[in-house]
Amino acid sequence: MYSEKVMDHFQNPRNVGEIQDASGTGTVGNAKCGDIMRIYLDIDDDQIIRDVKFKTFGCGAAVATSSMATELVKGKSVQEAMQVTNKAVMEALDGLPPVKVHCSLLAEEAIHAALWDYAQKNHIQIEGLKPPKSDISEGEEEEEY
Amino acid sequence: MSDAKRVIYLDNAATTRTRPEVVEAMLPFFTQYYGNPSSVYDLAGVSKKAVGDARQILADSIGAKPQEIYFTAGGSESDNWAIKAAAEAYQQKGRHIITSKVEHHAVLHTCQYLEKQGFEVTYLDVDEHGVVKLEELKKAIRPDTILISVMFANNEIGTMEPVKAIGQLAKENGILFHTDAVQAYAHVPIDVDAYHIDMLSASGHKLNGPKGIGFLYIRTGVKIRSFIHGGAQERKRRAGTENVPGIVGLGKAAQLAMATMEERAAKEKALRDYLIRRVLAEVPYTRLNGHPTDRLPNNANFAFQFIEGESLLIMLDMAGVCGSSGSACTSGSLDPSHVLLAIGLPHEIAHGSLRLTLSEETTREDINYVVGEIKRIVERLRSMSPLYEDFVKQGR
Repeated sequence: MYSEKVMDHFQNPRNVGEIQDASGTGTVGNAKCGDIMRIYLDIDDDQIIRDVKFKTFGCGAAVATSSMATELVKGKSVQEAMQVTNKAVMEALDGLPPVKVHCSLLAEEAIHAALWDYAQKNHIQIEGLKPPKSDISEGEEEEEY
Repeated sequence: MSDAKRVIYLDNAATTRTRPEVVEAMLPFFTQYYGNPSSVYDLAGVSKKAVGDARQILADSIGAKPQEIYFTAGGSESDNWAIKAAAEAYQQKGRHIITSKVEHHAVLHTCQYLEKQGFEVTYLDVDEHGVVKLEELKKAIRPDTILISVMFANNEIGTMEPVKAIGQLAKENGILFHTDAVQAYAHVPIDVDAYHIDMLSASGHKLNGPKGIGFLYIRTGVKIRSFIHGGAQERKRRAGTENVPGIVGLGKAAQLAMATMEERAAKEKALRDYLIRRVLAEVPYTRLNGHPTDRLPNNANFAFQFIEGESLLIMLDMAGVCGSSGSACTSGSLDPSHVLLAIGLPHEIAHGSLRLTLSEETTREDINYVVGEIKRIVERLRSMSPLYEDFVKQGR
């Protein structure tokens, strides 16, 4: 059901953990839907993401997209990190099953939420960054009958 | 999956390994006795007799008459047939049906379909163990109630329902009683007269029989319309040439399962209890779902706090262990199992459920290995879980 890359990032997730006194942290998703992602960013004075860690409660795809998203933003400037979309995360993982696409959206949203926290703390504006949604959810289930 | 990989199969509620004796009994009916039971020549006589013999075995296994056994393609078909056909046949009397919130989707979705056709359905609540509340059932019965459908035992949490009391209530009120016995049939004793069951669904592949075959018991005198129109098979109620090899396999599987039921159940229960004891004692923040004692002998269902079921299943699979979960991610929807929600589990705990269902082939070594893997995996997933992090930071 999952690509080899997804399985690799699930089995050997990169950047799991916490950062004490992080420059920005963001938590998105909700336990009701079964996915919660938390991202910690360590950003230097030049607005470069020096380190990133994550913790995720969720399925294999949720763990893999978190792991890949952290890999994609590590070492980037905050502006470059804004380019890491859910599409970019999915492509880097060689795709996701359709029912798991929301996991990649969650990963993008988690990065943005952490960047928002950083921007708020430092009173700066990041182009294109919107305040995080309180919750990510898909549309209604399909009618079957 | 390579052949060399050791697999511990603990998902016998999903399906079971077909017994070699069952396969052996079926094989001649593909290549040797392939005649159509409806034909007149001798060759067909062998298949006709085999179908009759199987029907007799199934009838005997639940205290029914052979003409009350109708072969179907399995549990879902039996449930659909029983509920839709009874609703149609009895709609002059009323259009109210009572079922429970913990039924299999084959029952729930059929009832939802009937609601769209103008029927009214009451979905009974269950208690914290998943047992239907009889007081609620009594209150739900109305003059226009035509059918009560409550499962014999729950497929997820293993809880046995008070079928006898429900059957009694149905009988006293002149209401048909259908039970989905897919998980219970040939695993626990069932007598349709003692339990006042009017219709009963069962499936072959849950008792080491083949897939794609099952039966519906319909008590003599119950008006029920044909499910498939065509030939005269199954007393014209379910037309189509019989799945003879499947029927033979189901008969053989039922015969073997009935003969070994007591001994098998005792063995499975002892190992299952050992599994439950160890998991609850050795994995913190864990609960057992379903009734502590009144449950299917091979069923264990846990909820591990702070982790998600699909991740757990994938990691168990990598360790060679097959189980299942009621998490949303394993169902393709955002909601966890309706059964776990019905027993009152909060969503985030329901997402962390694990069902392990044993077979007579399960060994103590298997259980020891599985408990070790569960401990390792749960600990690993918790170390990655923001919910666990928050819990620890809040000072427990």
